[in-house]
Amino acid sequence: MKAKIRWAKDNLFKGYFNSALSIFLITFFAWAFYNFFNWLVIDSVLLGDADACRQASGACLAFIVDKTRFIFFGFYPETEIWRPIIAIFIFFIITFYSRLKSRWNRRLLYNWMYCGLVIWLLMRGGYFGLVKVETHNWGGLPLTLMLAVVGMIFSYPIGIFLALGRQSKLPLIKYLCVAYIELIRGVPLISMLFMSSVMMPLFLPEGYSPDKLMRAQVAIIMFISAYMAEVVRGGLQAIPRGQYEAADAMGLTYWQKMRLVILPQALKIVIPPTVNTAIGMFKDTSLVIIIALFDLMYTTKASMQDSNWLGFSVEAYLFVALIYFVFCNMISRMGRLFEKEFR
Amino acid sequence: MRFWNDRKNRAIIYQLLSLIAVMALGLFFYSNTKANLEKQNIATGFHFFNRVAGFEISESLIEYNSEDSYLRALKVGVLNTLKVSIIGNILAVILGVFIGVCRLSKNWPLAKLAQGYIETIRNIPLLLQLFFWYALFTEILPGVRQALNPMPGVYLSNRGVMLPSLEYNPVFFYMGVSVIFTIILGYFLKRYAKKVQDQSGKQFPHVLYTVLVLLFLPLLIWLVGGMPLEFNLPKLQGFNFSGGVSISPEFISLLLGLVLYTSAFIAEIVRSGIQSVKKGQEEAAKALGLKSYLVLTLVILPQALRVIIPPLTSQLLNLTKNSSLAVAIAYPDFVNIANTTMNQTGQAIELISLIILVYLSFSLLTSLFMNWFNKKMALVER
Amino acid sequence: MKILMITALLATSTAFAESKSSTLNTIKERKVLKCGVSSGLAGFSAPNSKGKWQGFDVDICRAIAAAVFGDPDKVQYTALSAQQRFVALQSGEIDVLSRNSTFTLTRDTSLGLNFAPVVYYDGQGFMVRKKDGVSKIADLNGASICTQQGTTTELNLADYFRTNNLKFKPVVFESNDEVHQSFVKGRCDAVTTDISGLAAQKSKLKNPDDYIILSEIISKEPLAPAVRHGDDVWFDVVKYSIYALMTAEEFGITSDNVDKFLKTKNPKIKRFLGITKGNGKALGLDEKWAYNIIKMVGNYHEIFERNVGKQSPLKLERGINALWKNGGLHYSPPFK
Repeated sequence: MKAKIRWAKDNLFKGYFNSALSIFLITFFAWAFYNFFNWLVIDSVLLGDADACRQASGACLAFIVDKTRFIFFGFYPETEIWRPIIAIFIFFIITFYSRLKSRWNRRLLYNWMYCGLVIWLLMRGGYFGLVKVETHNWGGLPLTLMLAVVGMIFSYPIGIFLALGRQSKLPLIKYLCVAYIELIRGVPLISMLFMSSVMMPLFLPEGYSPDKLMRAQVAIIMFISAYMAEVVRGGLQAIPRGQYEAADAMGLTYWQKMRLVILPQALKIVIPPTVNTAIGMFKDTSLVIIIALFDLMYTTKASMQDSNWLGFSVEAYLFVALIYFVFCNMISRMGRLFEKEFR
Repeated sequence: MRFWNDRKNRAIIYQLLSLIAVMALGLFFYSNTKANLEKQNIATGFHFFNRVAGFEISESLIEYNSEDSYLRALKVGVLNTLKVSIIGNILAVILGVFIGVCRLSKNWPLAKLAQGYIETIRNIPLLLQLFFWYALFTEILPGVRQALNPMPGVYLSNRGVMLPSLEYNPVFFYMGVSVIFTIILGYFLKRYAKKVQDQSGKQFPHVLYTVLVLLFLPLLIWLVGGMPLEFNLPKLQGFNFSGGVSISPEFISLLLGLVLYTSAFIAEIVRSGIQSVKKGQEEAAKALGLKSYLVLTLVILPQALRVIIPPLTSQLLNLTKNSSLAVAIAYPDFVNIANTTMNQTGQAIELISLIILVYLSFSLLTSLFMNWFNKKMALVER
Repeated sequence: MKILMITALLATSTAFAESKSSTLNTIKERKVLKCGVSSGLAGFSAPNSKGKWQGFDVDICRAIAAAVFGDPDKVQYTALSAQQRFVALQSGEIDVLSRNSTFTLTRDTSLGLNFAPVVYYDGQGFMVRKKDGVSKIADLNGASICTQQGTTTELNLADYFRTNNLKFKPVVFESNDEVHQSFVKGRCDAVTTDISGLAAQKSKLKNPDDYIILSEIISKEPLAPAVRHGDDVWFDVVKYSIYALMTAEEFGITSDNVDKFLKTKNPKIKRFLGITKGNGKALGLDEKWAYNIIKMVGNYHEIFERNVGKQSPLKLERGINALWKNGGLHYSPPFK
């Protein structure tokens, strides 16, 4: 008890100004929480229709309940919803399984490949009596997760190669990498997405252009790799010179030196910024709404257009914000776990 | 020794190969594009710059109407982007530093509030936040005929914020001149103060004098000039307000979203910057008897700034690049207008290259400025 | 080795660029028609609650698929924004663009397109709130007007207001949904697009009677499907698939009675339905192509009424979209 009083004295009531500020802030918290709680729980409408919602002063949870399926899965056929649910479940299990460093070996890599294959087959169907669902009917959370996860899986190694290229002693390779990295980092993602949706088809032979989803994915990978490269470069520069020299003295070739000595240390150092980049990318996938892909954000916006449910956008935005928040938080937690594992 | 085993030869071959690969890829894209364009009879080049744009733009810093050229429309876009990024960057830095300092406050509720703010804002996509503010603005505020009128001359509605504007008077010009004069004066006062302190150790309160002059000189000119003060009040006329200054909901939502989002990142940078200054520095400064605000401004901040500036630069750039999300909420920034032009003319390649070029030059200019600032702030090692 | 691969790559690339495989053959081999539609415009193209595409523009795609495959369901729909539509066509992502696009000179000449016959004659109008007391466009002086980016609408609006010395504030959105949402929320005093589009949006509103569509029209908007420039064989197929719809209406052939017409003595109808052979071969299609269209999709009248006419929530009049015989503009060349 005494300790608590002392804590309060030190942290809340140190001097007149601090005491006043603390009291003001705590009252403000209480007031805000009270109002929010009223809005969300006491006065809200959980079951009912739009008219019931309009009469209530609280949140219209009925709207969220009605639209949950569409927000999460978009145009995926209603009878087949169990498939993306299982796919997301598999993804969570494999991610959770790989959290420990001791499990990081070749087997895990194969397991990831199997899971990826199973998820793909499950989502797309067309085999084993599953109805075929084309990629343009995928939407909502599976699409957002796919854009982010596939984006990360590809951009990480590309980023490493670009970073190595930038540190290279061969001037031509160095400048090519520098040019790529700086060019991409200088422009907004939205312009890359426009490029993928409007310009890329002209770059390829007629009729050979991949579909919209694939092109957006390529744009995201191209974009994030440049940022990844800068993150990795930070790690490479933090490695003391002695490590490079020692590896050279051992007579290791360039690739041996990088693979066995430098990269393992460098990548370990840059776990925190890597995680930040991953979170940034997860958030950035929401921009595909601008080129009309039905990701989590677009399905949310589309549900608001329903003329029966006009005027409840605050509820919908808060709901989808919560989803993004939970996922970003999960990524950063995982990052902290990795940091601990590798220490 | 065989040719292949020579390190130099190998280096040359690797480079040649990568060059050829890049060139081949470029050639592949180029030939396809050329074939596609020719086959489909798509016009190329920047001739469309001088054609009449034909569309209106809702807000513009320069004169513009639908009979102006595409080039002018694009200029309007560049200026609008600059407007929102410059104002946004300044506000984001101020708010970010404030929140970063709050985050380190010894007051528990304040520190927690700042932390909660940072965590929440950073984990939600900016685009979602923009949509949210825009929806809030247009759904919660009343229509233009029932506009809120919190004080005379100020109206709030879902058409934006209407403020009274000052009627121009020549006296204002002289007041402006006096402000510039005072700033120059302040610079010389500062040099003088340094000289006095170096020679005698006495402190000359130059900041106080400068501020006093800054306050009173324009006021004096205003009084002498006959106290001109005529407001142009916004008035409801037909569908919209006329007169005064109006700030569109699109601009406000975009600015609000960008500033809140970026400030959360800047707050984290400021926090880690301040924490990077060793505790001994603060204690030593206090032991010298410096007042606490002097400890912060003379000892801690100059050292923290060196850690803060490089990541801050990239945040400022991020804000500028993120302003391109304006296209989602109808603010006529550069990307938005380039997009419209692209739709009207079909010149996708030219316009996307232009977008890339414009943002690259923004990035370059910001980097140059921040590098200059960084150099000025850098530790002068002996 | 690497150099070899690169040369191979280059060689194939030039080969790709030079080979001009005909669109019709590609479609037949692929066994599906790729059709670009609007991402959501009630009555023209919108997914229904089961996720199936429906509407006037969609039926045009179905008619072409019926002509090519004898199966109207062999269509893959790609939802396109106003910005993406022409590029999607240029790049070969789609075979035909059926997305309420206005036929204009600039688009026809500089975008690498060819416009098929006009399927819907439209005009740009305005929708306003009833309580604002607006009865003609001139009353909208000084109003905020919502419109969609990248459309002819945006240009017409500026032109019209400028010619008539009226002022307005544009609020321009990238997506059509956003435009109408903003109007309903009160961000704008009026919304402008093609009359058909306004009717579609009005039908979706909660209280449609609170809004009116002004009777004035400020532009000509002939809406036509488009194909890529440079493949005349495919262009012909699309062109005559559309004319077949109108010709069928002219003859009074509908999806219900088309089988009766198979026994007709009228040589014109015999040629049209492919009983007298020739038309199919000329187009590179099955001789029963026109029969398939009518049997599986219906004639122009049926498509119109079903999607945008009396039987639909849009309740649009035929007006100038009637056949030439009834005082409208639709006139098909003879199927000789």
